[in-house]
This record gives sequence, C-alpha cells and structure tokens, in this order.
Amino acid sequence: MNIETQDFYTQAILSMSALVGLMSFLMLGQGRLPRLILVFAMQGMLLTLTAILAGYELNSPHLYISALLTFALKVVFIPSMLQKQVFAMNIHRDVEALKNNTAVMLSGASLMVFSYYVLQPIIHTSSMIMLNALVVSLSVVLLGLLLMISHRQAVAHVVGFMSIENGLFFAAMVATDGMPMVVELGVAFDVLVAAVLFGIFFFHIRTSIDSLDVDMMNKLHEVEK
Amino acid sequence: MIAVYLLLVLSALGIAFFAFTGHHKDIGKLNTRINAVSLGVTVWLATTVFQHGTILSGGKAFLIDSFNVYLIVLTAFVGFTTSLFSAPYMAHEIELGKLTEGRLKLYYSMYQGFMLAMYLVLTTNNMGIMWVAMEGATLATVLLVSLYRTPESIEAAWKYFILCGVGIAQALFGTILLYYAASQIGDPENALLWTVLYEHAAQLNPKILDIAFVFLLIGYGTKIGLVPLHNWLPDAHSEGPTPMSAVLSGLLLNDALYAVVRNKMLVDGATQSHIAGYLMMGFGLVSFLVAALFLHRQKDIKRLFSYSSIEHMGLMTFAFGMGGSLATFAALLHMTVHSLVKSAIFVTVGHTAQIAGTQKMAQIRGLIKTQPKVGWGLLIGTVAIAGFPPFGVFTSEFLVLLATMHNYPWLTPLLLLGIGIAFAGLFRHIQPIVYGEKPEGQSSIKANLIPVMVHLGLALWLGLAIPSFLSDWFSQATLLISGSAL
Repeated sequence: MNIETQDFYTQAILSMSALVGLMSFLMLGQGRLPRLILVFAMQGMLLTLTAILAGYELNSPHLYISALLTFALKVVFIPSMLQKQVFAMNIHRDVEALKNNTAVMLSGASLMVFSYYVLQPIIHTSSMIMLNALVVSLSVVLLGLLLMISHRQAVAHVVGFMSIENGLFFAAMVATDGMPMVVELGVAFDVLVAAVLFGIFFFHIRTSIDSLDVDMMNKLHEVEK
Repeated sequence: MIAVYLLLVLSALGIAFFAFTGHHKDIGKLNTRINAVSLGVTVWLATTVFQHGTILSGGKAFLIDSFNVYLIVLTAFVGFTTSLFSAPYMAHEIELGKLTEGRLKLYYSMYQGFMLAMYLVLTTNNMGIMWVAMEGATLATVLLVSLYRTPESIEAAWKYFILCGVGIAQALFGTILLYYAASQIGDPENALLWTVLYEHAAQLNPKILDIAFVFLLIGYGTKIGLVPLHNWLPDAHSEGPTPMSAVLSGLLLNDALYAVVRNKMLVDGATQSHIAGYLMMGFGLVSFLVAALFLHRQKDIKRLFSYSSIEHMGLMTFAFGMGGSLATFAALLHMTVHSLVKSAIFVTVGHTAQIAGTQKMAQIRGLIKTQPKVGWGLLIGTVAIAGFPPFGVFTSEFLVLLATMHNYPWLTPLLLLGIGIAFAGLFRHIQPIVYGEKPEGQSSIKANLIPVMVHLGLALWLGLAIPSFLSDWFSQATLLISGSAL
C-alpha cells in the first residue's frame, strides 16, 4: 500500500497521526518545562486540526464541538495554567538532567513497534486509517507513561497524564468518528476538573516538601520500615 | 424510575448545599439525613425491581437489573451507616485541631460527590458514562485523602491521583476499542449502551473484544486494587480520614469490580472463549496471595486492613473469573459480606486510632481494658473477616472453595494456603492490640458503635441463613452473569 495512491483525506490523517506521535517523542526528550508544555500545546493543536478535518470529511458536525473543546482545554487552558505555575514557582530555568536519554528514546521506539504488534489482530477488519490511528493513539498512551517514568518533575507528570488523554482522544476521533456527545462532554469535564486539582496539588506539594520533585515524596512504603 | 432520578438529584443537591452554604453546627447530622433519605429511595427502587423485573428508563439512559440493584442498596446502606459514624468522628477531629471548618465543608460536599459518582456508575446504561463517573469518584476522593495536609497524606493523594488516573485511562482505551467494534454493527449513537451491546454481543468482533478486555481489566483493575496495580490503595486508605477508608473499601472497590464483571459478561457473549475469565482468575489469585503475605509486614493498622481488602477483592475477582453459577453466587455473596464487615472494621479502627492517638499498631495495646465495646468490635470484626464461621464471609469463602474444587481442583491448596496466611497475618497484629496491657494515658472516647453492630449483625445473619428474598436476588443475578441457574 503506497501512501501516494490513497485519497487526500487518508493522506492527511496519516500525516497527522505521524505528527501526533512525533510530538510524544519530542516531549520524551525534553528537559526544560516551558518547552515541554509548548510541545504539549502543539500536540493539542494537531488534535484540534484533526478533529476539524475529520468533521468536515465525515460530515459529522459534532466533531466541531470536540475540536472546540480540545482547543479550549488542551491548547489554551491547561498549557497556560501549567506555564503560569512553572513561572510562579520559578522553575522555568531548571533543566532536568534526564538519565539514560538514549535508552528512553529506544524504549519509546520499541513501544511504538509493540503497539503495532498488539493491535495486529485488528488489521484484517479495518482500513489503513483506523489501524494507524489506533496504533498511534496506543503508542501515545504508552509514551505518556514512559514520560512519567523518566521525568521527576510533578509538572512533567501532569503533561504525561494529559498527553495520555490526547492519545485516547485521537483514537476516539479518527477511528470511531467521535464518541457519543454525552460521553465526550463527560470526559472533557473530568479532564477540566483534573487539571484544576493538579493546580491545587502543585501548591500543596510545594508547601509540604518545598520542591516539585516527586522523587522526594518517599515517605510511604509497601513494607514499612 | 423516578427513584433513580431522585437518588442522583439528592446527592447532587448535597454537594451544592455543603459547598455553598455557611457552616452549620449540625453539618454531620445533615449529611446523615441525606444518606438516610437516599437509602429509603434505594429500598423503594429495589422493591420496584423486585416486583416488575428489569427497568430501563425512557431515554435508555439508566438500566436497573437484578445485578446492580442490590449493589445500589448496599452502596446506600454503607454510605448511610458510615455517615452515622463520620459525624462524631469528624467533630472529634475538629476538636483535636486537625481540621478547619472549611475543610470539613469540603469533606461533606465531596462525601456526597463520591456517593453521586457511585450511584451513577451503578445505574447508568452507558459504559462511557460509567467511565466518566468512575473517574469522577477518583476526583471526588483525591482531595479527601489529602484532607489532613500532612506530607504523607499529600504523597498518598498524589500517588492515588496519578496511578488511578493513568490506570483508568487504559479503561477508556478499552472502551474506545469496544465502541469501535460496536459502531461497525450500526447505530453509533447508541453503541455504548449496555442493553444494545448485550443484544448484539454475538456480532461483535471477538478479536477486538479480547484486546479491549485486557485494557478494561487493567483500567478498572487499578481501582479494584489488583496486584501489581495496588500501590495506591494502602496509602490512600491509611492517610485519609477513616470514614473515607470505610467507603473506599466497602464501595469503590466493589463498584470497580462491578464494571469489570459487566464487561466480562459482554466479552464472554462475544468471544465464546474463556480468555476473560482466565485473566481475571490469574490477577485475582495473585492479588489474593500477595496481599495475604503483605499482611504480616504491616505496622499501621489502617494499612493492615487495606491489604486485607486487596486480598478479598482478589478472591472475588478470582471467583467471578471462574464463572459458573456456584462461583458467581459465592462472589456476589462475598461482595456483600465483605462490604459490611470491612466498613464495620474501619469504623472500629477509626475509634481505636482516636483512643490511642496513633495508627501505629505497636503503640496500641489493651483495647478491651480501655474501652471494651471498641475492643470487642475490632476482635469480632477481625474474626469475621478472617472467615470464621458463623459469619457470612465463611459461607462465601466456603462456596468459592467448593466451586474451585469442582472446576480447578489443583488451585484449591493455593486458596487454602492464602486463607491460612491471611488469618495468621491478621491475628498476630490484632491479638496484642485487643488483649495486651493498657498503656499509660490511653482513655476512652465517645464512640458510636451502632453501625458496627448493625453491620456485623447482618454479616452474622447472612452466615446463618440467607433470607429468601436475598437468595432469590442473588440467583437472578447469577443467572444474568453466568448464564446458568444455580
């Protein structure tokens, strides 16, 4: 299957999924928080564009509402909130030294291959768009997890968490033409509340351990000492 | 049907009321009253279902069948009795100066928020909404875990938030895959409704459903506390206020298991294979054994009992996974008695910690001498949860064992071993707490033990004789879940 032989919509969606995946890799290697948040906002922007594109092509107006929600939440509200927090706490100049950057990148790549492997059984039942969209969204989810493992800043954890949501949203949009409206609104509401709660938590963590380094939260153990 | 709307509206009003009105002296009593009315409403709902069978609301938004209706009553019941306990408990915490009035308002508002999320998980007919409500339950309780604002509680809340949030995101991926499979058979707007899904189960693509179930099990399994996804559970239980531990253990874990079982019913119908069941059995058995071992290494009394919750949830997951009418019946019974006994235990544990002024088990001694009622409550609760006859936990564990001997005889020794290890793990800690010498300065407090007595009394009753309406109910639910009558 050659990409040039596909119609315009397929090509556009495939490029979008490639870019969304690329953003996740960029986040993975990013040690500076303001830039991490910027890349996250770009991923949100790509999602918005994809939603508009899919809404236009599939003629389903409710995807425009999803696009609007995504834009408001993932491009404007959450990034600006995080950016504000980062500047308020004066950690915008810190560069997190990422350990084993090469290993993290390589495992990121393997995770993407792994996603293809996991979703292999679906290949017979779906078009190229569906398969690649699902695979990219699964790998964005897994890369989000890897981001949380490899970074120590609480802000980076929140970005990872939210980019997992991005991956899920991408799957819902492209593979299934959007979830039913009521579910989508519910999910958006949850994301909004979660974002607000994360803001509150930054404040609490900061006041309790005087840092946002989650490695310093190490008081509770599975087997108590 | 009005009952369902009433139930949801009531809790929603509760959230707004506690959040926006000024401080009341009787804020705890108000919370109790709201929960009492909710309980009444659920009983009304249950009798309607009992007489007329499954109810589906007009817009197909809510589905009440014999499986979820008894969980709804159980949720309302435990919510009510825990609120009875929480009123004096929280008042005492205020006296100790651990909390401010603003945080007390947050507590009560989020108590209702949690109840609303639980009712919504159980009543909704839409599996997407179920996900939203489950995440909502996390969001409602996360600020309660960090209510005391100690470094430990903030760490626990952060862990709870991140782990459950990420975990449940996997469930959303599973839901999307399922929706993808379901939307291929047409009618995408209704494709997430349980009623529609069950009707068309045989037409769904089994390969997609297998993959979807793995994600759903991991996602909701995080909330059940299945090993190795259980890390948040002991922390959240031990650092939050005790009434919260009681409802988390008694309700949240059950409702997450409910979500998994609903999905399993669907996947079983579609794939005609036993893969979902095997996965649940594996996770369940590992959780059961690992948690039983961890019981021995605990030092904090609330952590001890939260590991016991993991152990019991593991056993239930195992039993539901095994399938078949006997195992399913046993699992349903175990869900009920575990909720009752475990929330009773957390109530006594809350009192115990207030009496001793600490949660460290090494410093709590001579409870029977200090305050006999609390001591006996804790001892009897522990006896009940360890699976001694004549309590209901014995009955249900015995039935699980019978079913295992019948279906997978070679797993029986493992189960027996786990039960033995757990028993030893609980009693090596609880025996000295109850009987030991009373330390200096430990004095009795004002305690409300009515919830404990009612819960343990009910567990005893279920152990001696299951009333006929309840066994009818369980049989109907068993038929619904396992497809065969007992």
